[in-house]
Amino acid sequence: MAVCVAVIAKENYPLYIRSVPTENELKFHYMVHTSLDVVDEKISAMGKALVDQRELYLGLLYPTEDYKVYGYVTNSKVKFVMVVDSSNPALRDNEIRSMFRKLHNSYTDVMCNPFYNPGDRIQSRAFDSMVTSMMIQVC
Amino acid sequence: MEGLTLSDAEQKYYSDLFSYCDIESTKKVAANGRVLELFRAAQLPNDVVLQIMELCGATRLGYFGRSQFYIALKLVAVAQSGFPLRVESINTVKDLPLPRFIASKNEQESRHAASYSSDSENQGSYSGVIPPPPGRGQVKKGSVSHDAVQPRTSADQQEPASPVVSPQQSPPASPHTWRKHSRHPSGGNSERPLAGPGPFWSPFGEAQSGSSAGDAVWSGHSPPPPQENWVSFADTPPTSTLLPMHPASVQDQTTVRTVASATTANEIRRQSSSYDDPWKITDEQRQYYVNQFKTIQPDLNGFIPGSAAKEFFTKSKLPILELSHIWELSDFDKDGALTLDEFCAAFHLVVARKNGYDLPEKLPESLMPKLIDLEDSADVGDQTGEVGYSGSPAEAPPSKSPSMPSLNQTWPEMNQSSEDTAIVHPVPIRMTPSKIHMQEMELKRTGNDHTNPTSPLLVKPSDLSEENKINSSVKFASGNTVADGYSSSDSFTSDPEQIGNNVTRQRSHSGTSPDNPAPPPPPPRPQPSHSRSSSLDMNRTFAVTTGQQQAGVVAHPPAVPPRPQPSQAPGPVVHRPVDADSLITHTSTSPQQIPEQPNFADFSQFEVFAASNVNEEQEDEAEKHPEVLPVEKASDPASSLRVAKTDSKSEEKTAASAPANVSKGTTPLAPPPKPVRRRLKSEDELRPEVDEHTQKTGVLAGVLTSQPPLPRSVGKDKKAIQASIRRNKEANTVLARLNSELQQQLKDVLEERISLEVQLEQLRPFSHL
Repeated sequence: MAVCVAVIAKENYPLYIRSVPTENELKFHYMVHTSLDVVDEKISAMGKALVDQRELYLGLLYPTEDYKVYGYVTNSKVKFVMVVDSSNPALRDNEIRSMFRKLHNSYTDVMCNPFYNPGDRIQSRAFDSMVTSMMIQVC
Repeated sequence: MEGLTLSDAEQKYYSDLFSYCDIESTKKVAANGRVLELFRAAQLPNDVVLQIMELCGATRLGYFGRSQFYIALKLVAVAQSGFPLRVESINTVKDLPLPRFIASKNEQESRHAASYSSDSENQGSYSGVIPPPPGRGQVKKGSVSHDAVQPRTSADQQEPASPVVSPQQSPPASPHTWRKHSRHPSGGNSERPLAGPGPFWSPFGEAQSGSSAGDAVWSGHSPPPPQENWVSFADTPPTSTLLPMHPASVQDQTTVRTVASATTANEIRRQSSSYDDPWKITDEQRQYYVNQFKTIQPDLNGFIPGSAAKEFFTKSKLPILELSHIWELSDFDKDGALTLDEFCAAFHLVVARKNGYDLPEKLPESLMPKLIDLEDSADVGDQTGEVGYSGSPAEAPPSKSPSMPSLNQTWPEMNQSSEDTAIVHPVPIRMTPSKIHMQEMELKRTGNDHTNPTSPLLVKPSDLSEENKINSSVKFASGNTVADGYSSSDSFTSDPEQIGNNVTRQRSHSGTSPDNPAPPPPPPRPQPSHSRSSSLDMNRTFAVTTGQQQAGVVAHPPAVPPRPQPSQAPGPVVHRPVDADSLITHTSTSPQQIPEQPNFADFSQFEVFAASNVNEEQEDEAEKHPEVLPVEKASDPASSLRVAKTDSKSEEKTAASAPANVSKGTTPLAPPPKPVRRRLKSEDELRPEVDEHTQKTGVLAGVLTSQPPLPRSVGKDKKAIQASIRRNKEANTVLARLNSELQQQLKDVLEERISLEVQLEQLRPFSHL
């Protein structure tokens, strides 16, 4: 269901970005990039005092006519951005949350790998397979 | 088992015989079949044969591994030469002729014997470095003959990629046996349930079938023979050479280690290790790995931290990406540290990779950490027998195993979705070790997230698929109402999902109609939407309940629990008022609205049944309450609380039933599920009410210690709870039955509707006239 999944580092460069192979994948990259502004806005809106209570799931960042962009940020300011197809009306908020949860889990597993240097691109096969499963879900 | 020194000719001969006997290519030969035939052909007395079998360890193991087989053959040679059979004799007796087997195949073997001895000098000329190739088979194959060619001394400096294409030297006679071997392995390969080597077994199967036809041009073709030979040799060389290869990479380590590695490598060389699948760790390898582990972490039960492991494995000069993947595979519990088992698995994978094996996508079963001290490991006995270190894995993880169960609990908490764990996922099941590890991998993940795709679990896929199907069905069914429901009840997301899933799961279980799991057509829509709305109702009722509870507890601890009301409220047919509680009559009005809906003849029966359950409960409560009430001076406020609660409930009921009545006019489909949901709600309400009641009675007991009836009430309380649980269960089953009946009704009605619509369409043209 997800059309594009991206993991953005704290410094706002992509650690991992993957889209459903279509023509003009660059538009997804562009959407992710523009969504970073919205993410930052949401983070700052929560207030610095509430950083502990801030929820990781940001929700719908912004919708376009074809797609919706959802965001999730971890406590270490690593952002997950997911672009989903709007044509699927039954995609519930909970499912998006669960997808982000899975992403987060896989991301922590990648982090636990001592051979992974934080800040590198994520090249883990397990992570890839997890993202693939999210992108090719039965609708 | 002590090392076995084989000459080159002996090595070839024995391996040939082994592959001849190993018709299934399992690398272990059962004691019956060809082996017995062979031994009989050796023309030795039976007791000698038995003695041989015992000496080589086959009886201990139950089968002939490659090493056992070789030792047996050697002993046969010893026996045939007239020497006494002793374990030491296999190495001490020099210049033994090759064992003679006089049977139907003996000409071939004797021919082989002759050819091998003559070929031994030819072997040397072919030792060259052939780049690892299309198949790792080349590597494997090469290493065996490599063993035969090279003396056992230079353990450390050999490169893995030097397959010697010795079979090219084999005389025309050998193709007979080779052909047999090729056919067998190709048959055997397909049967092999290997996780990792699976991918490259099949290419070899194909290669063999292709090459078996080309026996005539044997010597001319280099690719087929090596592949076939590789298959027939198949196993060990990776293990035998794996060991020495790694020492090459750790040359800069302590001398002790290199000496140890050299000795172990020599041992390996001498004694062709036997294993079933390429991923199995032999005893010697395991010992080596354990020794390496000790150099990093003296405590075998401890962990190797990630940084130390990283340094260690980086020395193997594999690319970081591959090391990273190896780590992912071997760190089973994903804690960033390696236990002994994990370390051995990782080491084994590194060694395998250095020998040209591709890394598997998933950890092979034989490499999984053996947590056999977890319960229900039925298959462990077999595995522990095969892996020589069964003892230590059992103890090595005990330090981890207590943490394993805790892992299962901590992981769900780590994922901020602990509320999902209760319902969405089945109970973590500990089963056989393989399942255990899969389980743990699963449980580590989202801790029961139902949409977790990361591990294709044995048990889970059914539930996962069921959940997915349920979700998909729910998704199909849910329209805008659901979406709104969710957006509005964002804070209740866990509960509705939980309840919804509970409901949907129940539905899918109970439904006799096959369409339940994934109803594509829109008509089933109302049901899930009802579930949503009802679950939202439940949230409200829970809020009310908790509110009431708090108020009751805070203001009047000894207040009589408002138990009778909610049990009454959902009870649509409350015909028996309880004497002690006049308030119940208030509730009797609201439920009566429900029976007005005409479609539920079935349901009324159910209501009566449920009401009888409920009423029985109430009577139990009522007995207690008269005891308590007279004591309570705060009964009035309690009753007022109860009234308030009842009113709220009745309001909800009216609200729920009103839309039901309205929708009834529009769609006959809408009402059916509603009472079902309400019934469910009642059951769910009853449970918290039960809990609430027990709390209240507990408080009562605490406060009114002087009251003699109290112990009795507590005891009765337990019984009452058990009885109510029983009744609830019965109600559940009835509900399920009812559900299925309603589904059936629904389908019938749908068909009617469709037929009516068709008729309408047909009649429409005439309306214009």
